[in-house]
Amino acid sequence: MSKYRKLFAALALGLCLAAPAYAGTFGLGRPALPEEIAAWDVDVAPDGTGLPEGSGDVFTGEEVFAEYCAICHGDFAEGVDNWPKLAGGDGTLADKDPLKTVGSYWPYLSTVWDYVNRSMPFGNAQSLEPDDVYAIVAYILYSNDIVDDEFTLSHENFLDVDMPNAEGFIVDDRETAEAHFWTDEPCMSDCKETVEITMRAAVLDVTPEETGTDAEGGSPAVQEAAVETEEAVEETVALDPEMIESGKKVFKKCKSCHQVGEGAKHRTGPALNGIVGADAGAVEGFKYSKALKAAAEEGLVWTDEEMAAFLAKPTAYLKGTQMSFAGLKKQDDIDAVIVYLKSFGS
Amino acid sequence: MSDSSRGKAPSRRQFLSGAAAVGVGAVGAGAARAASPDPLITQEQEWAQTTGEGVDATPYGLPIEFEKDVVRRNVEWLTADTISSINFTPIHALDGTITPQGCAFERHHSGAIELSKADYRLMINGLVDTPLVFTYEDLERFPRENRVYFCECAANTGMEWAGSQLNGAQFTHGMIHNMEYSGVPLRTLLEEAGLKPEGKWVYVEGADASSNGRSIPMEKALDDVLVAFKANGEALRKEHGYPVRLVVPGWEGNMWIKWLRRVEVTDMAIESREETSKYTDTLEDGTSRKWTWVMDAKSVVTSPSPQSPITHGPGPLVITGLAWSGRGAITGVDVSVDGGKNWMPARLAAPGTDKALTRFYLDHNWDGSEMLLQARAKDSTGYVQPSKDQLRDVRGENSIYHNNCIQTWWVKESGEAENVEVS
Repeated sequence: MSKYRKLFAALALGLCLAAPAYAGTFGLGRPALPEEIAAWDVDVAPDGTGLPEGSGDVFTGEEVFAEYCAICHGDFAEGVDNWPKLAGGDGTLADKDPLKTVGSYWPYLSTVWDYVNRSMPFGNAQSLEPDDVYAIVAYILYSNDIVDDEFTLSHENFLDVDMPNAEGFIVDDRETAEAHFWTDEPCMSDCKETVEITMRAAVLDVTPEETGTDAEGGSPAVQEAAVETEEAVEETVALDPEMIESGKKVFKKCKSCHQVGEGAKHRTGPALNGIVGADAGAVEGFKYSKALKAAAEEGLVWTDEEMAAFLAKPTAYLKGTQMSFAGLKKQDDIDAVIVYLKSFGS
Repeated sequence: MSDSSRGKAPSRRQFLSGAAAVGVGAVGAGAARAASPDPLITQEQEWAQTTGEGVDATPYGLPIEFEKDVVRRNVEWLTADTISSINFTPIHALDGTITPQGCAFERHHSGAIELSKADYRLMINGLVDTPLVFTYEDLERFPRENRVYFCECAANTGMEWAGSQLNGAQFTHGMIHNMEYSGVPLRTLLEEAGLKPEGKWVYVEGADASSNGRSIPMEKALDDVLVAFKANGEALRKEHGYPVRLVVPGWEGNMWIKWLRRVEVTDMAIESREETSKYTDTLEDGTSRKWTWVMDAKSVVTSPSPQSPITHGPGPLVITGLAWSGRGAITGVDVSVDGGKNWMPARLAAPGTDKALTRFYLDHNWDGSEMLLQARAKDSTGYVQPSKDQLRDVRGENSIYHNNCIQTWWVKESGEAENVEVS
């Protein structure tokens, strides 16, 4: 009853207010089940809250890291291309170009465990078992010279690890350190004697060029694309559109490393136009693993069957492949993604 | 014959090649007499004789082809891959304050996922009386608010710490958008679950692979944070978190969790990857500030600017730009044409509102000489936007984030503009 009275009062007083004036609860939603909370509440706090039981040693970590992480982060966590470096940079934080890594920068070990567990590997998140995560984190610590090669990390010794930059952070102090920016009445005239240009962006010249703005340059490209589409339609006439559509969905798992279609470029993995039926290791301009080059020399061709076997478990099919993807478990998914790839030529 | 270049903003390249042609007859502007009749007026044009497109030609309308260069742009060398990357709002070509969703910048950590309303679930758990799960439909049954807020990535202008680098307002200041959100106050949902007194923080995370978890102090969570499902009147775009995102007014964009799936009430900050290894600001001595959530007052001239040069010669010139503050409302913007020696108060298109973009204009009579154009914002807390040197004096050059310095465009006599630094 009191709830209604409150509501009435709020309505009477607050009709013109922008904010909703309802007090109390609405009875919407439903209680979350323990299994549901367990499935989603996986974050780990600095004091170790949320860590599951388990352990992993540096040696195992090196193997797991090589399989799942090294393609982007390098065998020694040194980083490939623009992908993050995870090791090194000790003592560089005050330098002109600091190198921020787990060892040189990250204040809490819990963050490493939480992030690897929740969001890595890139493109196949939440696929690692707790022991694998402990092992990977142990290896990253080892790569940063924080532990020795005999080390085993577990939920029991987790808080014993000293992170080198743990004391390197202060809470936002702008309101005191930058109190002089609250000047209220800034200078309006004769604020400085001289003004000289001291640096120009044009000198660096790193700004992307304008794209596709002139009609002359645009038209031929559009025509070309139209021609390509026509050809593609002819070739793909026998492919089941539903299979292509479901293959497109499956391909999302591949997209973090591979591009396919018009304008596809090499990323972590090669561009895949026309890959089904093609000779292995033959996509121009891509640097293949030794394992794949060897297979190519032996005459491997990406027939439907070979491709299906590869996609089921890449590392088992081709030991030493850079493709650190766990594999597609469902045969339907494998079939669909192959049809999808064929829709871009075969 | 239709002229396909009509209404198109000139590219920098076109501008350079066509520089001699522009501005002809502009001296003594306004009353200049045409040498010969304008065929666009004296000859019948195709569009005035035949018919145009019928309704439904485009069930969901897109900008006309002449505006096709007003799009988000990426700077490829910034990131390893477009999946974990950023692009930029074309602020140099927009006016007013509301950013259309289709050209509002994107920042993803593991790509823009497709999550349907039917598959959407939001969990509230942790230090609450009853952990709850909401469907999308549940959220639409709570009382709703409409609010306009800017969302700025903490790294906006981050490439400019060590000096002028990117030549265009889109690239230097385009990690920002400003939309009208419809949604439910987070406070309402927390109260529905029943807050326990030990709850001092919320940890919020998304449904995408990155999760992008962030810790928000309870005071903010109960203040003005929204769980939003509409922007500018329509559903959020996939790239902005469809079907539900968090809106954290005035605070760095990284905290505006997209595809929001869980809000956990905790007694401490989780110190996730996004609030330790990233989005912390390293000072000159190597120590780093953390929890630098609020976005300081900032402004930029959007036109003229490197991508929006002056093409009309001397005379009336509209100098315009945007100003905003995460601490409150913009109370004034000053503009300088001489690199900060002297300042003139700009005209605000409308009074500044809390944590939202404000449009300013300086209606200027350009004499055709070169300018060093700057804007300087003031907010309702008395904060005045600092110069780059003032910022660097406190923070050094390695902060990456929270660069709210005064920007300088060198507008040359030709009308072309360049990103520069001045003494």
